[in-house]
Amino acid sequence: MNIFDIIGPVMIGPSSSHTAGAVRLGRVANKLIDGREVRRVEITLSGSFAQTYKGHGTDRALLAGIMGYHSYSPEIRDALSIARERGIDYVFLKEDLKGAHPNTARIHFFLRDGEEGVVQGASVGGGNILVSLINGMHVAFTGENNTILVMHRDKPGVIAAVTHLMHFEYADLNISNFHLSRERKGGDAIMTIEIDGLPPEGLVPAIREIPDVTNAILIRRV
Amino acid sequence: MLKYESIAELVRAAQERGVRISELVLADQAEAMESDPLALYEKMELDLMVMVDSVKAGRQRDQKSMSGLTGGEGWRMTAYAEQGGGLCGPLMSRAIARALSVAGCNASMGRIVAAPTAGSCGILPGCLISMMEDRGLPERDVVMAMFTAGAFGMVIANRASISGAQGGCQAECGSAAAMAAAALVELMGGSPAQCADACAIAIANQLGLVCDPVAGLVEIPCIKRNVSGLMIAFSSADLALAGIGARIPADECLDAMRQVGDTMSEALRETAKGGLAATPTGVRLQKQVFGSD
Repeated sequence: MNIFDIIGPVMIGPSSSHTAGAVRLGRVANKLIDGREVRRVEITLSGSFAQTYKGHGTDRALLAGIMGYHSYSPEIRDALSIARERGIDYVFLKEDLKGAHPNTARIHFFLRDGEEGVVQGASVGGGNILVSLINGMHVAFTGENNTILVMHRDKPGVIAAVTHLMHFEYADLNISNFHLSRERKGGDAIMTIEIDGLPPEGLVPAIREIPDVTNAILIRRV
Repeated sequence: MLKYESIAELVRAAQERGVRISELVLADQAEAMESDPLALYEKMELDLMVMVDSVKAGRQRDQKSMSGLTGGEGWRMTAYAEQGGGLCGPLMSRAIARALSVAGCNASMGRIVAAPTAGSCGILPGCLISMMEDRGLPERDVVMAMFTAGAFGMVIANRASISGAQGGCQAECGSAAAMAAAALVELMGGSPAQCADACAIAIANQLGLVCDPVAGLVEIPCIKRNVSGLMIAFSSADLALAGIGARIPADECLDAMRQVGDTMSEALRETAKGGLAATPTGVRLQKQVFGSD
């Protein structure tokens, strides 16, 4: 925690958990979408999100985040119409996601290039989030630190290759949290690597070049 | 580096170095964030500018919340204040108008600075912008006082809570009022120990305040609780500056606040199941906004 977690963030109201946190959850999806065109999004709201989303603008906030806006962007208010203008078909569903935090949303996006993806996470207060699932795999990161997600095949040596690169090419880089999840042995896996400070330019593209890494993305501290 | 685990730590460190709490904290945060103090100062200055803009945006005559349940409070109070100041006098009534305007700006999806939360975002700007615009204090001092407010907020967050869902409204408007009270004392030339006294008094005066938003929205009673929080901030600061002091030290008040929050029923912690939210009118308004489901 630093002083600007208390005096801040600058955000569009009315609720840090139901509005600002929702934008940040949407932004995680935006990072996965990575500039490609979105055809449709299905957003499932659970718990308190499902009950009060209209009055808090949670729906607008999630869509705004998916489209890349920030929690301080005035466009959040008009996110529904901006999405329609961009040709994004969206639907909000209410469902009790079992065992999930009261403020949980699941974002299922469908891209024009045929790809799709799912992000699930919770807004845990004060605009902070906890992302719990990406494309069916368990992750655990808050967005408080810069976080690198490395999608890869579950093979021996991949983790070593990534951390080796991080240590020997960028000596000052310090990992503050590391989490690995895989769907099954030898299948798709995902590393969640939180780091101290700003990631050096070129790091994420370099990780993508590592054999058996299918993608790497940076979720910047929001 | 400071731990921000106790108010006494802040006071002692400032006394030992013979500096204001704001100076101590700016230097400490610059070190912790590996940043230039000037950059942090400028970031805080930008936050103050956003607060000034929130006041302007929220005092428009046609300001209306997303749900339609509230609107125009800032405009009405500004007009009332301009007629002479009412019972509270010009400074206080204008400060109240600012707090209402910022809280209204928040309710209508305008841009605000969470301080420490969105629900309590009117208290700090209501206090500080009034000191700048109506008492003529220099902007520099006001920006610095925001570091004092933030430091007290960090201790409150570490030691108690700044989340209504966790600790009730005492954790949101209570925390904001305590932060603002400490900042006001420093702005008026009070000592670090007096800042702590003001914080303690403000917390003590809001202990047990529940979070019971009608329809779960940050509107009723949140907007008006920003006003009571602001009044408590000013009165607590004045008590501290008058040398009356706090009989229960700030850290112990925060421990009490945490304990009260822990024992508070879930219905009174932002779930909209108790308090004003559960009154017949509260329930009717909830249905009006969201329908019967």
